[in-house]
Amino acid sequence: MSSSGLTARAAGAGGPASIALATPSLVEQVGAIARRSVIRTFRQRALLVFPLVFPLILFAINGSSLTAARKIPGFPDVSYRDFALAVPFIQGALFVAITAGTDLARDIESGFFDRLALTPLRGSALLAGQLGGAVVVACVQSLVYLGVGIASGVGIASGFGGALVLLALSILIAFGFAGLGALLALRFGTGEAVQGFFPLLFVTVFLSSSSLPRNLIKADWFREVATYNPVSYLIEGIRSLIITGWDGQALALGFGFALALSAITLSLAGTAMKNRLVRT
Amino acid sequence: MRRFYFVARGVAWRSVHNTIANPAILLPSLIFPLFFLAAFAGGLSRIADVPNFHYAPGYTAFQFAFVFLQSAAFGGVFTGFSIARDFDSGFARRLLVSAPQRSGIIAGYALGALGRWLITAVVITVAALIAGMDVLGGGIELVGLVGLGITMNLVAALWACGVAMFLRTEQAGALIQMPVFVVLFLAPVYVPLSLLTGWIHAVARYNPATVALEAARGLIAGSPVKLALAFVLLLAGAAIMSLFARRGLASAERAG
Repeated sequence: MSSSGLTARAAGAGGPASIALATPSLVEQVGAIARRSVIRTFRQRALLVFPLVFPLILFAINGSSLTAARKIPGFPDVSYRDFALAVPFIQGALFVAITAGTDLARDIESGFFDRLALTPLRGSALLAGQLGGAVVVACVQSLVYLGVGIASGVGIASGFGGALVLLALSILIAFGFAGLGALLALRFGTGEAVQGFFPLLFVTVFLSSSSLPRNLIKADWFREVATYNPVSYLIEGIRSLIITGWDGQALALGFGFALALSAITLSLAGTAMKNRLVRT
Repeated sequence: MRRFYFVARGVAWRSVHNTIANPAILLPSLIFPLFFLAAFAGGLSRIADVPNFHYAPGYTAFQFAFVFLQSAAFGGVFTGFSIARDFDSGFARRLLVSAPQRSGIIAGYALGALGRWLITAVVITVAALIAGMDVLGGGIELVGLVGLGITMNLVAALWACGVAMFLRTEQAGALIQMPVFVVLFLAPVYVPLSLLTGWIHAVARYNPATVALEAARGLIAGSPVKLALAFVLLLAGAAIMSLFARRGLASAERAG
């Protein structure tokens, strides 16, 4: 039972009637679930490769397809590849959301969640643990995207320190999106519904300043949408470290929205978890 | 043949019914292409100002052709998600046991994908027209455009069916949709092929999706190009993917 964090101990030598179960601490509970989440995530290697590679493929495609955008007056004096490198970090975070949500939904559909609900496990521990695998994936993804970007000739204007901040910001963003994935899983309870949201999440990237700087977007309504779309600020926070250097405003907005995303999605996921546990 | 039709009809009806009855499944497949249309036609419209960009119906129609075909492909992809879910829930195994003609299952899912996409196709076409899209093609050209969409949908549905039946888990979702996504994006999505440069031009030139996309844009512009080639390539793709789906079904049968 130790693997589940539960320990049985004999109270004296009184026999079976005196056996009591000790409730594991919150840290033990989170650790047990997180360990399972990480192992499960990395056991599905074939399914991990595509979410890792896909944003890089789109980076390569859009970095070339939209080279013509540099001919637009006012476009930053950098290659389109430099401009576009911020996008894979956000796309990778979306995949983290879907992976985390699908895993949780599968637990719900398979009945594993119901069985967990019968244990002394706290809902918050279950949620935090489930996101453990997602955070590990986010770390690996961010390192790969940064490495590939640098290897393909992209320079980080803010230097080594900026690269570290970039990694921290991208992992925080992925954590926030993982919370969103968990929320969708808890709300709808099916992996199909969670995966069906992927295109919608993906579109939030397209409805942002991912392809062009906001001031160069021609359609007024689109510029407005991009301005109100928080994803624009997540992208611009990362992008500023790559093409501008240290831009306090862009970083403050980037970290601010990432923190807000994490806080909101985790709090809503926590409420959805409580509701689901009550239903269970 | 009667048993094949019986199974196909039952599976298709269930697929379409589940889609319509479950908003969490229906809405993404409707909203996603609408957002893409808005994002590409609106956000990137400045690209049309790049020298040597010429497309008579305008940038909205230029992007509509892409979104139309993309939605067709994703109608198939979403059906693949449903198949994977049927395996995860155990329904597909019961279906395999009870179906008197199992290849009818593939046909049923493919028909379900078509029904699913037709709903989406109507919605995005109406949305594009409301947004002021110019269509210079006539009735015959538009029938050809729908035909392209149907065959694209069939190819993607058979691909998705094959992957879902080979892997039999919802985790296959990424594997189902990403190759479709990549093949579509390796076509000239934002600018015509002639304006692409470097490796992307070389890849797009030999990408079958480019032919389908150019044919669709030609139909909307009222001056069809590469239409026969597009149908030949798509039908060849459907033939290959039907073999793949059949092997996926055989794999699922062996797994029990």
